Amino acid sequence: MSENEKNKAGQIKLLLVDDEKGFADIIAKRMSKRDINVTKAYSGVEALQAIRKANFDVAVLDLKMEDMDGIEILKIFKKMDPDLAVIMLTGHGSEAAARDGIKFGAFDYLTKPCDLEELIKKIQEAVQSGR
Amino acid sequence: MTSGSHKKDPYYKSLTRKMILTVIIVSFTPMILVSGAILYQFHVSYHEKVAAHLEELVQKHKQNIDYFLNEKLSDIRFLSQCPQCENLNQESFLEQQLATLQQELDPVFVDLGLVNAKGRQIAYAGPFKLGEAQYSEAEWFKKAIKSQYFISDVFLGLRGLPHFIVAVRKRFHGETWILRATIDFMAFNNLVENVRIGKTGFAFILNRQGEFQTKLLREVMPSKSTYMELLKNVSKSQDKICIVEAVDDYGKKNIYASAFLKNGDWMLVCQQNKSDAFSDLYRAKKIAGLIFLLGGLGIITMAILLSRRMVIHIALADREKDMMNLQVIETGKLATVGELAAGIAHEINNPVAIMVEEAGWVQDLLEEEEFQEGENLEEFQRALKQINTQGKRCKEITHKLLSFARKTDSRIQVVQMNDLIDDAIGLAEQSARYSKVVINTNLEENLPFIQASQTEMQQVFLNLINNAVDAMDNKGGGTIDITSRSDEDNILIDFADNGPGIHRNNLARIFDPFFTTKPVGKGTGLGLSICYGIIKKMGGEIDVKSVIDEGTTFSIRIPIPEDQLD
Repeated sequence: MSENEKNKAGQIKLLLVDDEKGFADIIAKRMSKRDINVTKAYSGVEALQAIRKANFDVAVLDLKMEDMDGIEILKIFKKMDPDLAVIMLTGHGSEAAARDGIKFGAFDYLTKPCDLEELIKKIQEAVQSGR
Repeated sequence: MTSGSHKKDPYYKSLTRKMILTVIIVSFTPMILVSGAILYQFHVSYHEKVAAHLEELVQKHKQNIDYFLNEKLSDIRFLSQCPQCENLNQESFLEQQLATLQQELDPVFVDLGLVNAKGRQIAYAGPFKLGEAQYSEAEWFKKAIKSQYFISDVFLGLRGLPHFIVAVRKRFHGETWILRATIDFMAFNNLVENVRIGKTGFAFILNRQGEFQTKLLREVMPSKSTYMELLKNVSKSQDKICIVEAVDDYGKKNIYASAFLKNGDWMLVCQQNKSDAFSDLYRAKKIAGLIFLLGGLGIITMAILLSRRMVIHIALADREKDMMNLQVIETGKLATVGELAAGIAHEINNPVAIMVEEAGWVQDLLEEEEFQEGENLEEFQRALKQINTQGKRCKEITHKLLSFARKTDSRIQVVQMNDLIDDAIGLAEQSARYSKVVINTNLEENLPFIQASQTEMQQVFLNLINNAVDAMDNKGGGTIDITSRSDEDNILIDFADNGPGIHRNNLARIFDPFFTTKPVGKGTGLGLSICYGIIKKMGGEIDVKSVIDEGTTFSIRIPIPEDQLD
């Protein structure tokens, strides 16, 4: 990633969407420590509100949430901001849904529970490809 | 359950019985009706035929005898009316006339005699010395004197030989005379004696008192009461021929045809033993009976054999159906377990992820300088690493459960047998470790992919591994060697254990449903039979080889579909 671009926004702006609050909180904390600007959304609705308010480089989206289907959220994200790179988090065994997501424009997917380092690597890849 | 118990099953027993009964009734009813009707018709016609034959015979002989008697009477009448009849009282004339009669007309005339109104014989010509015999008290004379013509019954008379008399009353010289002639009994007797019907049929003549007018055959025993009964019957039917069936005094069944002759004085009787008269009928009945018996036996045997065979087929079909149902239930159970496992795995995944991340966060914090000098830094780091390791282990477990759950649908998919074997081992690992069983694998790489249901294959592999583990549990451990390889058109998988082995008696029944050697409540006895069903359905084979105290090997052969072969 080029120096000036990263400075322009200061950091990578990430939207983390997961209805598992404990998981979202700790991931956000650890990412912040790694110099990523994380905005948390605990539900599909919150995620949509957040994306309306601000621009993000990357969204990490849990596909299985109680209020909305992850794929639906992905479709809306892509409509509102076609440049947004979306990384999906999916449960083991439901990779089929994740592969569907890629058809709708998602950048990639990871199976849950995933390693933080792995996730960060994917985020960086996504940011680079978006440039 | 074995095929033996199927036979004993009351349901199949009653089914067999019902089928046998139905077949027998359906086959016997028309047979009985048709043969009964035919036999009855034959019986009736045959009786009519026999009766008609007897009737004709009696009619013919009645006419014959009547004709004979009338002829003899006419001869004597002719003699009595000849122009020289006044000479009849001279014995020489009489002798001359007798000779003429015997030569010209009939040798049946034995003698001639002229009797006056007082019963004294005036003239006699013949072989006996009967000149001047006194007949005034003789039965025949009393009757003859009263009528123009007379034929007597057979009697012994003065000569002591059976004979009968033909007499004509005549008036000349102003007196009443009776010209009488004796008829040779033997000649007359021949008229009826020669009548033979079948083997036992014969004829005889009775007078009104039931006395024989002809000689009876030597072997025939007269049955008086039957004859009296006949006389009564014939009197009723007047001139007609009367046919009766009756039992004689000796208990024999006879058929009698009788008719009056000599103006109702005598009765001609034809008698034949029924068994003789109807011998053809009886033979036909016997043959029919024999055919009926043999046919009946055949039908019953066929009914029993066919029904038994069909019931065995039905029982087999039922058994297969039961097996299918059980397999469906088992698969369903497995799917339910799979869903449950998936639910739990999902629920556990999140807390474990949070725990691991929290540990990661603590690790992040430990990186900061203020902690670097801490006394227990190394301990902290070790503990966090342990949390991380155990978290990953949890993750693996949930992954296995989820894979299992994902594969509990019985859709046919392209599968790699080695993966399924690995999955099954993963699931059985825990219990194997607990039973001190080591599972070794020797899987051929690049095994061809085949079309199969993952659940079903997994069920087969799990079953075989679990059985081996259970078998070796009692023994206190052992090893299972799982090998996979492929030849030109089959995938071959062996599950070999070094357990206690299977007894030869049990080996033959091992794939039978409900056969189990496990204690009651421990095994359903369905596992292997379901495995067998699954492998068979795929067109493959499952075999078992076992040596006591050395181990058991289950070998599976699954054909590779042709389109998969390159």
